[in-house]
Amino acid sequence: MSGHSTYEPKTGFTRWLDSRLPIIRLGYDSFVDYPTPKNLNYWYTFGGILSLCLMTQIITGIILAMHYVPHVDHAFNSVEHIMRDVNHGWLIRYVHANGASMFLFAVYMHMFRGLYYGSYKAPREVLWILGCVIYLLMMATAFMGYVLPWGQMSFHGAVVITNLLGAFPVVGESITTWLWGGFAVDNPTLNRFFSLHFLMPFMIAGVVILHVWALHVTGQNNPSGIDPKSKEDTVPFTPYATVKDGFAMVLFLILFSVFVFFQPNALGHADNYIPANPLVTPAHIVPEWYFLPFYAILRAVPDKLGGALLMFGAIGVLFVLPWLDTSKVKSLRYRPTARVFFFLFVLTCLILGWCGGELPDKMVFQVGATAAGDPIGLNFVWLSRIASAYYFAYFLIVMPVLGLVETPDAVPDSITASILDHSAEKKGLAHAG
Amino acid sequence: MLGKGFAVSAVVALLVSTAPAFAASSGGELKPFSLSTDGPFGRFDAAQVQRGYKVYREVCSACHSMNLLSFRNLGQPDGPFFDAKYKNPNDNAFVKAIAKDYNINDIDTETGDVVQRPGTPADRFPNPYPNEYAARAGNGGALPPDLSVITKAREGGPAYIYSLLTGYHDVPRGLEVPAGKYYNPYMPGDLSSFWSGDKDKVPAGGFIAMAPPLVADKVSFDDGTKSTLEQQASDVVAFLDWAAEPKAGERKRTGFAVLIYLALFAGLLYASYRRVWKGVKH
Ligand code: HEC
Ligand code: HEM
Repeated sequence: MSGHSTYEPKTGFTRWLDSRLPIIRLGYDSFVDYPTPKNLNYWYTFGGILSLCLMTQIITGIILAMHYVPHVDHAFNSVEHIMRDVNHGWLIRYVHANGASMFLFAVYMHMFRGLYYGSYKAPREVLWILGCVIYLLMMATAFMGYVLPWGQMSFHGAVVITNLLGAFPVVGESITTWLWGGFAVDNPTLNRFFSLHFLMPFMIAGVVILHVWALHVTGQNNPSGIDPKSKEDTVPFTPYATVKDGFAMVLFLILFSVFVFFQPNALGHADNYIPANPLVTPAHIVPEWYFLPFYAILRAVPDKLGGALLMFGAIGVLFVLPWLDTSKVKSLRYRPTARVFFFLFVLTCLILGWCGGELPDKMVFQVGATAAGDPIGLNFVWLSRIASAYYFAYFLIVMPVLGLVETPDAVPDSITASILDHSAEKKGLAHAG
Repeated sequence: MLGKGFAVSAVVALLVSTAPAFAASSGGELKPFSLSTDGPFGRFDAAQVQRGYKVYREVCSACHSMNLLSFRNLGQPDGPFFDAKYKNPNDNAFVKAIAKDYNINDIDTETGDVVQRPGTPADRFPNPYPNEYAARAGNGGALPPDLSVITKAREGGPAYIYSLLTGYHDVPRGLEVPAGKYYNPYMPGDLSSFWSGDKDKVPAGGFIAMAPPLVADKVSFDDGTKSTLEQQASDVVAFLDWAAEPKAGERKRTGFAVLIYLALFAGLLYASYRRVWKGVKH
């Protein structure tokens, strides 16, 4: 899709620069003249939104780092100093703290989009894997960032998660000692987490560049899953995609602002406003919402190592997804059966998130009680077991098998033809309804 | 189809998932409680926060520190003693007078001796105890928590603190209260091992090492407000909630300007989008 460049330098300076470092040409080819399928819907705006999020986190993070003190005795108070005494510090901190949530919300939307339209399938395997790398780095960054304010959840969350790594045979203990910088979560841990939390977003930015590069080699996928065949199927990135992305970004910023200005602590946990105290364990240690599905998978397994392996496996399986899906058709728009399994999968992720926030022994529903008074029914640990089973079955059984046995709908010849089909279908629905 | 409806429901799901889902405390259901500052349109009630400061000063500060607060905070914009006459809260005459009432430990730079001097607006609220050991020793082994961010640091926030302060209750028959502890139905805890009654009817709540700090008429309000227990409690909670985030007023005002700006910008972009894509079937 990269085609040949149509950039023509207009001034003396740009001509001079173009023959030495064609950077304006690169920008022009990538973000102005770049052909984008004209049927991209709003689910495709999350890529731009994610770039905005990364920039926002880096800028607010750098300002926070000017005032933050990575020391167990000062970290909590330095964050409060930012909230109270730094000019607009409350804004910077709330944007950064809620920005992490918004960033992960956007990445989940972006990933479900990819799953639905088959964007991980050939020739976009590398593009997809780079996305998975970004996601892993984001989770590590967010986890370490949450430790920095050194509240009760910061500390005890760090203890729980780093202890998981200790469950690995042979290397486990060395890994935790190395991560902690000692024999427990303490000041050296906070120091290195700060350093790594500062570093990782720049690593993410690097991988994002590779991600976009890979994108521009293969071209964007689109809701029909059909590659553009003629000029008729595409529009230039600017102004078409820029204005649509821009509109979606502003809508996203509105949601973001509602949290930052009116509900800034709704996504956090009250216990993190209590300074860390290693001697007092909170009654209920829960991670941030974006980790809850994985936390549920972890706790679904009674064995610590097994749980940790399954949790990491839940992310690992995404990396091999391109080779698990055997279907020849990309977009689920033309795979009615696969669509049902997909929506079940989305539901499963939400259920796992719900389980992650509840105590394992709590009952989801109760149908009676035993003679001894123990409740009979479904508790959260069993719900998370069922949901985890489907999570893995979706990738390991449904994807390989369904592609071989299902009969997809007829796939149109081109994007343009698909647009006509799709709008006819929508009209039909409107008449029927 | 993965359509707009689905996108909207995703956003709604995110908003709903933020509702306080983790009601971990086993304490009783909180009393209904509201503050004038609640909600996006809330207004700051300076008189109430002034009364609340008096309750803190005369009662709570005997045991609880507020390390993150300085006297100058009382006189900054949105603070209880803000006076537009004094741009710099350190000049605020009222705040100066409040600070001067305190003796602050300092070092005499000539001799190196520990001395006491009258407070200034730049000083922090002093600690009631010299250190944690003294604080525990004075409270039967329990540590009175710092109250600077207490309304953010408890599930249920202001309503929880209000319920706790006004919720001290006669001890239910069959509950054995350890020495130095008090029964409070709002305090999180598990009372089953102190309960000799029906196993299925363990009382809600827990034990707290703080004796009921407030009773009617404990504090006399200068503005003539009747000093009931509920009044003192809601006023001190209003003060604590202000102290937990003194910039909350600025935050909400900024939020309105930002949202109006973004709404206009969104409208403009939508119009441009319609115009640019006119005639392109997609
Ligand atoms: C005589 C000392 C004393 C006074 C006066 C006092 N407290 Fe306490 N307070 C304590 C102690 C001790 C604790 C710790 C209780 C425990 O951990 O069981 C405590 C705990 C608290 C808690 C935390 C409860 C929880 O959820 O952990 C709050 C809130 C509180 N006090 C508010 C106040 C307020 C508001 C006032 C003033 C109206 C006040 N206290 C006056 C000694 C005091
Ligand atoms: C991928 C981008 C990033 C993510 C997802 C992220 C996430 C987080 C999170 C979840 C917190 C805890 C917020 C809280 O509860 O207070 C945090 C805090 C922090 N982050 Fe980041 N961050 C990112 C980038 C950065 C960058 C680039 C820097 C610095 C250059 C930075 C510096 C800080 C500092 C100093 C804190 C502590 C202050 C605070 O807790 O508010 N972050 N981050």
